[in-house]
Amino acid sequence: MRLLIFLIRRVLAGIVVLWAVSLGAFLLFFTRPALSVARQIAGKEPTAAELELITKRLGLDEPLPVQYWQFLDRLLHFNFGYSYANGESVNTILAQDLPRTASVVVGGVVLWLIVGLGVGILSATRARGLFDRLATVGVLIGLSLPTFVIGELLLWGVFLQLNERGFTWIQNGYVGLSQGIVPWIGHMILPWITLASVEAAIYSRLSRTSLLETLGEDFIRTARAKGLSERRVIFRHAVRASLTPVVSQLGIDVGTLLGGVVVTETVFSIGGLGQDSVLAIDQGNLPVIIAFVLIAALFVVTANIVVDLCYALLDPRVRIA
Amino acid sequence: MTSFGLDPRVHAATAAREVPDVGSSQWRLTWRRLRRNKIALVCAGVIVITVGLAIAAPAFAGITGHAANQQYPNTGLSADGIPVGPGRTFWLGADQLGRDLFVRILYGARISLFVGVVATAIGTVAGVGVGLVAGYFGGWIDMVLSRFIDSVLAFPYIVLGLALAAVFGPSLLIVMGVIAFFSWAGIARVVRGQTLAIKEREYIEAARSIGAGPLRIMFLDILPNLMGPVLVLATLSIPQAIIFEATLSFLGLGVQPPTASWGNILAGAQEYYTVAWWYLVFPALALLVTTLAFNLLGDGIRDALDPTTQRLFAVRRKPRGSRPRGGVRWDGSRLADAAAAPGAAGTEAGER
Repeated sequence: MRLLIFLIRRVLAGIVVLWAVSLGAFLLFFTRPALSVARQIAGKEPTAAELELITKRLGLDEPLPVQYWQFLDRLLHFNFGYSYANGESVNTILAQDLPRTASVVVGGVVLWLIVGLGVGILSATRARGLFDRLATVGVLIGLSLPTFVIGELLLWGVFLQLNERGFTWIQNGYVGLSQGIVPWIGHMILPWITLASVEAAIYSRLSRTSLLETLGEDFIRTARAKGLSERRVIFRHAVRASLTPVVSQLGIDVGTLLGGVVVTETVFSIGGLGQDSVLAIDQGNLPVIIAFVLIAALFVVTANIVVDLCYALLDPRVRIA
Repeated sequence: MTSFGLDPRVHAATAAREVPDVGSSQWRLTWRRLRRNKIALVCAGVIVITVGLAIAAPAFAGITGHAANQQYPNTGLSADGIPVGPGRTFWLGADQLGRDLFVRILYGARISLFVGVVATAIGTVAGVGVGLVAGYFGGWIDMVLSRFIDSVLAFPYIVLGLALAAVFGPSLLIVMGVIAFFSWAGIARVVRGQTLAIKEREYIEAARSIGAGPLRIMFLDILPNLMGPVLVLATLSIPQAIIFEATLSFLGLGVQPPTASWGNILAGAQEYYTVAWWYLVFPALALLVTTLAFNLLGDGIRDALDPTTQRLFAVRRKPRGSRPRGGVRWDGSRLADAAAAPGAAGTEAGER
C-alpha cells in the first residue's frame, strides 16, 4: 500500500515535470519569427500571399494563449505536427526512428550493467591484484575519452581492419531485427560497446568502492564466521547490500545515457532519434526538435520512477520516505 | 583556525598535539605528499607542456610554415586528392583540405584548455556558493536548492546543449555556458554535504558567539576547510569540460569550422579515417593524454590531501584495512600524538 502511494506520488510529480518541459518546448517555437519559418517552408522566392497562407495554416498568427491551447491539444492527441524541412509527419519520423534507438539503448544498457557490475565485483574481491590494477587503467581511459572518440576508434580499429581482411560480420549502419538476429548483432555490437563504455567505467568504479566498503562490515564477518562459502558471502550478502547506492546513481545517469545515444547514433549512422535530432537542429526544424525533447523528457522521468521503484524494493527503509 | 585571545588552559595531551602544527600548514603537508607521487608529478608536467604547446601554437605555425586555416592542396594532398601522411613537411599529416594537422591540433588545444579552465572556474565558484548557502542555512532554502541541484544532475545535458544551440546558434559562449551550468551541480552537492557537517563543529559555534555574521562564517570559517575537496573536484571537472566541448563541437553545435577544435577535427576525421589513420589517431591521442593527465593529477591531489586512502599504484603494499603508522593526517596532526589523545582522535576518525 505504501508502495502504491509512493508510486502515485512519483507519477504525479513526473507529470508536473513533463508539463514544465512541454511549456519550455512550446516557448522554443517563438525563438524564430513566424516569417522566417514560413520562408523556410515556402521554398524559393515565395509571394507575400503564400507566406501569409503558411503562417495561417501553422496557426502562427493567432494570439499566444490560443496557440498554446492548440499546442497542448495536439500534444494530448499525440500529434507532433509536421517537419519544417520536408512536410513529413513527425509521427512517421518517430515510428521509423524508435526501433533504431531502442536497439541501441537496450543492448547498450545490458552491456553497461553486466560489464560495470562484473568488473566492479571482480575488482573488489581481488582488490589491489593484477585484475584490479588493469581495470583501473581501463576505467581511467574510459573516463578520459569522449564517447564519440571511442566510437571512431572502434570503427577504425575493429570495423575497418576486420573488413579489409574479409571478415564482414561486424558492420556500420543499421539493420532491423527482422533481417535476422545475427546480422542485427553484427551491426549493433560496436554501438553497444561505445554506448556502454563510459557508463560501465563509472559503474565498475562505483560498485567496486561500494562492495569493498560492505565487505568490511560486521555482518560479512558474521557470515564468514558461521561458515558460509565465500561465493555465498559475496553474492548473497555483500553484493545485494552494496547494490543500493549503485542503483540510486542509475536515475542520475539516464541523462548521460541519452547524450551517449545521440553521439553513438551519429558516429555509426544509425539514423535514430539521436542522429535525427542533430540533423533537425542543423535545419532549424522546430517540430522535430520539440518532439525529441519531449520524448527524451518522458524517457528520463519514466526511467527515474522505475529506478526509484527498484531502489525501494532493494532497500525497504526507503519506502517510508 | 580562529583565535579569540583567550588563555587556552587545555589538557596537556591536547596541547602537545597542537605543537607540530606550527609552521607546517595543511597545504605544505599536502604538497610534500604530492611531491612523492611520481604519476601525479608526471601528469603535472604533461599539463604544463600541453599549455606551453598551446601558447606556442603560432610559433610552431611559423616553424612548419603552415598557418592553421590555410589549405595547401599542392603539398598536403597527393595526386588523387588523398591527404598526405606524417612526414617532414606535415609532421602529423594533413587533413582532407591539405591543412597541417599538427598546427591545427595545437590551435585546438588552445580552445580545449580555455574552455576547460574557464567553464570549470565559473562552475566551481557557482557550485561553492550554492553549496555553502544550502548547507549553512538549511531549512526550506536547502530543500529548494537541493532539489534544483538534483534536477540539474539528472538533466540530459546534451539535450539542453542541443536545444540552446538550436535557439541561439552554435558558439563558444554557449558551449562554455552549458558546460558551466552542468559542472556546478556536482560541486555544490559535495560542498553542501561537507558544510552540513562542519557547521555543527564547536569553532563555528564559537565564531557565532562572538557575533560573526553568516557571510563571514561561510567564507572565512567554513570555506577554507573545504578547499581540499573543492580543488580535487575542480581538477577532475576540467577534463569533463574538455570532453564536453569536444562532443558538442563534434556534433556541430560548438566551435564552428574553420576554427580548429579537437571536436571538429575529429568530426572531419569521421569521413576520412579509412584513408588517413593519422587524421583520427593524433587528435584522439592529444585529447586522451590531456584528459588523462588532469584525471590522474586530480586523483593524486586527492591522495595527497587524504593519506588514509589507499593508492592503487603505491610502491609499497599495505595490508588491507590497516592505517598508515607514524604519518601525518589530514588535519596535520601526527598519528602517534593522536594515539596519545584517544578522545580527539576518535571524534576525528568518526567524522571522516
